[in-house]
Amino acid sequence: MKTTRRSLVLTGAALALAAGIGMTAQSAPAQAEYPEKPISYIIPFGPGGESDITARMQQPFFKDKFNQDLVISYKPGAGGAVGWSGLNSLKGDGYTMMGVNLPHIVLQPQQKDVGYKTEDITMLYWFHYTPDAIVVTDDSPFKTLQDLIKFAKENPGKLIFSGSGKGTAPHLAQVRFDKLAGVKTTYVPFKGTGASVAALMGKQVTAAMAFTTVAANYEKTRLLAVAMEKRHPRFPDVPTFKELGIDIVSGAYRGIAVPKSTPEPIRQKLTAMIKAVNEDPAFLKKMEEGGFAPVDYAYGKSADDFLSSFAKDVTAAAKEAGMLK
Amino acid sequence: MAGLEHLLTALTPLNLAFALFGVVAGTVIGAIPGLTATMSVAVLVPLTFAMPTSSALILMGAIYTGAIYGGAYSAILLNTPGTPSAIATTFDGYPLAKKGDGDYAITIACLASVIGGLIGAIALMTLAPPLSKVALAFGPVEYFWLAIFGLSLIAALSEGSLLKGVAGGALGLLLSCIGVAEVAGDVRLTFGSQTMLSGIQIVAALIGLYCIPVLIDLVAQPGHHLKVETGSRGFRLGEAVRYLWGDKINAIRSAVIGTVVGILPGAGGSIASLVSYSEARRTAKPGQQYGKGEPGGIIASESANNATVGGGFIPTLVLGIPGTPPDAVILGALLVQGVRTGPSLFANQGEIVYTFIWGLILATILMLPTGLFIGRYAYRTIITLPKALLVPAIAFMTIIGSYAIRNNISDVIIMIVLGGFGWIIGRFGFTASPIVLGLILGPIAESGFVQAWTIGRATENQMGMFFGRPISIAIIVFTLFTLLSPFVLARLKKIKDQAHAD
Repeated sequence: MKTTRRSLVLTGAALALAAGIGMTAQSAPAQAEYPEKPISYIIPFGPGGESDITARMQQPFFKDKFNQDLVISYKPGAGGAVGWSGLNSLKGDGYTMMGVNLPHIVLQPQQKDVGYKTEDITMLYWFHYTPDAIVVTDDSPFKTLQDLIKFAKENPGKLIFSGSGKGTAPHLAQVRFDKLAGVKTTYVPFKGTGASVAALMGKQVTAAMAFTTVAANYEKTRLLAVAMEKRHPRFPDVPTFKELGIDIVSGAYRGIAVPKSTPEPIRQKLTAMIKAVNEDPAFLKKMEEGGFAPVDYAYGKSADDFLSSFAKDVTAAAKEAGMLK
Repeated sequence: MAGLEHLLTALTPLNLAFALFGVVAGTVIGAIPGLTATMSVAVLVPLTFAMPTSSALILMGAIYTGAIYGGAYSAILLNTPGTPSAIATTFDGYPLAKKGDGDYAITIACLASVIGGLIGAIALMTLAPPLSKVALAFGPVEYFWLAIFGLSLIAALSEGSLLKGVAGGALGLLLSCIGVAEVAGDVRLTFGSQTMLSGIQIVAALIGLYCIPVLIDLVAQPGHHLKVETGSRGFRLGEAVRYLWGDKINAIRSAVIGTVVGILPGAGGSIASLVSYSEARRTAKPGQQYGKGEPGGIIASESANNATVGGGFIPTLVLGIPGTPPDAVILGALLVQGVRTGPSLFANQGEIVYTFIWGLILATILMLPTGLFIGRYAYRTIITLPKALLVPAIAFMTIIGSYAIRNNISDVIIMIVLGGFGWIIGRFGFTASPIVLGLILGPIAESGFVQAWTIGRATENQMGMFFGRPISIAIIVFTLFTLLSPFVLARLKKIKDQAHAD
C-alpha cells in the first residue's frame, strides 16, 4: 500500500519534471528558430492568376533563405472576399499568412457587406504593384498616347478599352484617364487580365487598360503609357502618364497579411523575412523582367501610412466613377 | 513531322517515368468527384521548379490528361462526373453500367480518350500557330451565341418532357446569377448572406445534383448498386474495338470538336463533351439509343474532352492565353521558370516545346494500358464492395471533394442542399443535366452579352454586332438546325407516311 502510494508520487513528480523539461525544451528554441515548419500561404484567388504567379516566384527564394517551404493553397470566391473575411478566424501562430490585394480590400467593404472591414486586416508588407498601362497591339495605328487621345476626342465613346472587371484598378484608371485627358471612352469589363488581353489581340477592342506585366508576357503588344512615377526599367522607351501631363500613378498592389491573433514578435520576424525575399537582387531582377514594380511598405507606420493615403485616393476616384455612394 | 528530332529527348527514362506517374496519379485523382485536373496540376507546381522545363511540362501534361480521363470512372460507375469534363459521359455510361456493362463502358471510355488525346496532341504539334487564330476570332458575341447553342442541347437532353427540361435549364441560369456578377461586379440574389456572395460553385453543384440522388437511392433500395454479371469477362477489349471501328466517324468528329473548343479560352472540356455528344446524337444511326446506354455517347464525350488537352495548349503556348483552367496553372509555372510563351516560342525554344508535345503523346499512349488496368480494378471494387461500405465511402469522397475545390465549408453545404433538392425533383421527372447546363452556360452567355452590347453601343452597330459577324451567323444557323431538325424530320416522316397511306 505504502509503496504503491510512494511510487505514484514519484511517478507524478517524474512526469511533472519531464513535462517541465519538455516544455522548456520546446518553447525556448521555438522562439529562436521560427519558422520550424512550412508556412501556409493562402491566395484568395484561383490558381494561375497574377497573385498566384507572384507567390510562386517568392516560393523558391523563401525556401532558399529560411529553409522552410511556403505551401500555397487557394481560397477563391467573391473576388477575394471569401478569403479575407475568414482571415482572422485562422490560427495566428505565424504559420498562416494570406495574399492581399489593392484596391480590393479598400473598395469591397465600402460597396457591400463582405464580412470584413479594411481595418480588420493585419498587413505585414506591401511588396509590389503592377502599374496600370494602356496597351495596344503592335500593329495598332496609335503610335503614341497623343494619337489615342486625339482619336478619342474626335470620336467620343468610340474608343473601346477592355479591362479586368469593374471597380478594379484598370477600371479606376480608365475613369481617371477620361477625366484628366478630357475624353470619353468606353470600358468593357472582362474576367481577368488574360481575357481582356485576348479581346485586345483579337481586335474586339481598340486598346486594353491593363498592366505593365502584359507587355512583358505577350509578344505583339505595345505600351503607350505607364502609371508610374518614373519609367519602368524594363520599358525605358515608354513614357509615364505624368510626363504627358496626365497625373495617374496607380495599379494593383499586392502584399501579405496575417490573422489578427498573430503575436507581435512573430509579425516582426515574418515581415523581415518577406522583406529579405523582396530585396534579393535575383528576385528583383525576375520581378523587373516580368514587368512588376517593387515597393517596400513594411509592417508598422510605413504600411499604415501607405494604406491610408491609397485608400483616400482610391475612394475619391471610385466615388467620382459612381462606384461608391 | 515537325520536331521529330525531339522524340528521342522525350524518350529518356526520367521523362517516361514522369509520364507514367502523371497518368496514373491523374487518373486516380480525376476519378474522385471534386478533385479536378486544375487542382492536381496546381499541387505539382512546386515540384517542377527544380526540374528541366520540358520534364516539368511532361509531368503536368500527363497528370492533366490522366485526370480528364479519370473523370469517366465515376461518371460511368456512380453517375457522377469526376471532373466537369465528364458530364456527358454520364448520359450513356451510367445506363450501360446499370445494365451490367460497366466494364465494357470503361474500356470504351479508355479507347475514346486515347484517340481524342492523340488527335488533340497531333493538332498541337502540327497546326498550333494557325489554329491559335481561332482563339482570337472568338469575341464576346461569339461566346454568347456558343452558350445559346449549348442551351439548345436542353431540348436533346430532356428525355420525356421538354417543358421540364426548359424549367430545369431556367433554374440553372437563375442559380448561376447568385453572388458577385462575373463582369459587372454587382451583388445578386444573396439575400444578405455572405456565404452566398461566392455563388454556387459548379463542381459542388455537379457532385450534389448527380451523386447525392444516387446515394439516397442506394440506401433506399434493396439489391446491388450495379447489375453483376457472373464470371469474369476481362477487359472486353475486342468488343470495344469493334464498336469503335464502326463508330470511327463519331470518334474523330468529337476529337476535332474537342480540339477546337479547347482552343477557345472561354470554354472547356465540359462544353466540348456536351457539344460533341449532341452532334453524335443528332447524327445517330437508326437503332442507336442515345441516353439509354449507347456506347457512342461515351465515345463522343470522352474523345472530345481528352482532345481539349492538346487543343487548350495551342493558345497557351502560342499566344500566352490559357485555353482551359489547368492551362492557366501551367502557364504560371512556365512564367516562374522564365519561359516566355508567344509566337516565337516554337521557333526559339523548339526543343522544350516539341519534347513536351512528344511527352504528351507518350503519356496519352500510356493511358491505354494503365487506364484499362485501373478501370478494371475500379469496376471490380465498385461491384464487389458491400453497400454498407460503398455508400459511406462515396459520401465521404463527395464531402472531401466539394470542400477541396475552394477550401470552403459552404460549398459542402451547398452540395448537400442541392443534392437533396435534386433527389426530390428527380421523383417528379426532372433531371440534373439541364440545371447543370444552365449553371455552366449562364455566366458565359451573360458576360458575352454584356460585353457585346457595350461594344455594339460604342460602335453604334448593335444589330451588326449580334447578327452580322460570320462566326456568329454560323453558330446561330447551327443552333436553329439542332433545335428544329427533329420537328422538321418528324413532319417530313408524317407527310411521307400519309402519302403512303393514300
